[in-house]
Amino acid sequence: MPSPEDDAARESAPHIDPQDTPDGACYLVLGPWTAAELTAQPAWQALTLQLNALDAGAAGTALWDLRQIGQLDHLGAQVLWDHWGRQWPDKLEVLPPQRAVLDRVAQFSADRPEAPVPGLRENFLSLGEGVLKVVDHGADLLALVGRLLLNLIKLVKNPREGPWRDLSGHLYHIGATALPITALVGFLIGVVLAYLISQQLRQFGADAFIVNILGISLIRELGPVLAAILIAGRSGSAITAQIGVMRVTEELDAMRVMGIAHSYRLVMPRAMALAIVMPLISVWTTIAALLGGMLAADLVMGVTPSFFIDALPEAVDAANLTLATAKSVVFGVLIALIGCHFGLRVKPNTESLGQGTTASVVTSITVVILVDALFAVLFKSIGV
Amino acid sequence: MSDTIVDIRDLSTVFKNGKKEAVIHQDLNLRIERGEFMSLVGGSGSGKTVLLREMLGLEAPTRGEITVLGKPAAELGKRGAARRVGMLFQHGALFSAFTVLENIAFPLRELKTLPDSLIREAAMVKLQMVGLAPEHADKMPADLSGGMVKRVSLARALIMDPPLLLLDEPTAGLDPESSDSFCALLRSLHRDMELTVVMVTHDLDTLFELSTRISVLADKQVIVSGPPRDVIAFPHPFIRHFFLGERGQRAMELLREYPFTV
Repeated sequence: MPSPEDDAARESAPHIDPQDTPDGACYLVLGPWTAAELTAQPAWQALTLQLNALDAGAAGTALWDLRQIGQLDHLGAQVLWDHWGRQWPDKLEVLPPQRAVLDRVAQFSADRPEAPVPGLRENFLSLGEGVLKVVDHGADLLALVGRLLLNLIKLVKNPREGPWRDLSGHLYHIGATALPITALVGFLIGVVLAYLISQQLRQFGADAFIVNILGISLIRELGPVLAAILIAGRSGSAITAQIGVMRVTEELDAMRVMGIAHSYRLVMPRAMALAIVMPLISVWTTIAALLGGMLAADLVMGVTPSFFIDALPEAVDAANLTLATAKSVVFGVLIALIGCHFGLRVKPNTESLGQGTTASVVTSITVVILVDALFAVLFKSIGV
Repeated sequence: MSDTIVDIRDLSTVFKNGKKEAVIHQDLNLRIERGEFMSLVGGSGSGKTVLLREMLGLEAPTRGEITVLGKPAAELGKRGAARRVGMLFQHGALFSAFTVLENIAFPLRELKTLPDSLIREAAMVKLQMVGLAPEHADKMPADLSGGMVKRVSLARALIMDPPLLLLDEPTAGLDPESSDSFCALLRSLHRDMELTVVMVTHDLDTLFELSTRISVLADKQVIVSGPPRDVIAFPHPFIRHFFLGERGQRAMELLREYPFTV
């Protein structure tokens, strides 16, 4: 026998009380049929069971009595309407306010056409779309480079009107604040590298060559690339996010209306700042890595720092330094341009902003490594 | 259940900015009864929106308490809050990564109880209830006009048919025609769904057309709260300036034409 509490719980939940009358079946709709009640898991399960159990044959002819319902809102009406197969039952007793709610649901319930499943042709076309998109990115980037060049000429002609304050801000934010992290990463990489190499060199008794290996690899390759990857992750994403948010908040449009070119005010200072900062950071990272390597070499192999410093100029040709610096300038400009490019393409919604930032970082790191490989192939006979 | 929907007692709000303190509300008291359409009016910076945000539990008052639907306002942000309160934000606050229909269905879908088909139908009904055509269902918020954003936002606020609806400048930024139809929509919803509505607005037409009660925020308090006619008669410089200026006179024509029935 159900306890009084069970009864009370059932009374307070939306339910249907089927009754037999001389005129046929009568369904009393009782309880609060509101979104708040219906979305409670137990109530919804109980109600679905009950609705499914109702005699399908009698449903069409039965009398639906809603007059004693606790509350009826649009979701409740929707449930009933769906159960009736989206048509009015033959016999229905409702009060005017409930009728109004049901009317509205009846009026607006409509099937939404499902999106068609893409076929072979659509897939083929979307492939073409993808290719065109890549071409579009390339063209955009090329246009950005061209505009940067024109802006630089404009700046040389009229240096007083340049965005110098912006430039100094970017120099600080991209350069100075990146010093600790690049030094730390560089130092640790130097230590790790020296430890690994020392194991191998000791087998050949070629301990002194650690200076050559560390010197060439760190100064020529790892220093600039490591610094560029760190800056791409740190500042490339920041550039995209800054410019992207400016798109979302219509700041870019406001700027354009004032007659200030995005490429002059946003892209050029960032590109210039990165072109200046990148070689400096690269040298800084290289020095930290060499310090780490020197320390580890001293600890593991007994190669003293004074020997290390003496041997370094002989092991590493000065041309390597020039090459590293030139490489860094290119990396810096590329990171800035890619960051700005993706930032300017952001559409005014949050999802596009996230995608743009991700794409920017991934692209700039990939491009940095690609260009580094290009440099390695082109200048393979210089400085080694 | 008592018939007081919102009860604000001895509320004080102080914003600290560095060493400066700005007192927004001081010992503010306000009660909102079931079925009222109450408008909050006040000058810029008088703390109307802050009061609304405090009712929603988005900001904590410095002192005093706010009870919404019998519970402290701070508890509103919990799971299923959409079944108690619907909020129409000033700029819509639609989720830009979702389509219109997904936006409207979001509060219902998050509860993970009802089947998808029912949720979609319920959202479609709300979409059309606020006067949008079904073909707008798959658009993204970025492709909508200002008026449509407001409508979608209203549909989202109403998806769970909450007893309390808060509106922050519902007609700001709408052209007169869509503003009128938005007002008509709000009035019919208020009447048909027995909603309690709290509205912040500067638009006098909207104010007179919809409110059953006007509360005026000035001098860090509610200086007067009552039916529009009583409020206009209250002697205070802000009210004289706000209602009886040139704009006010024009809007008052409305008041004479549509006598108020509560």
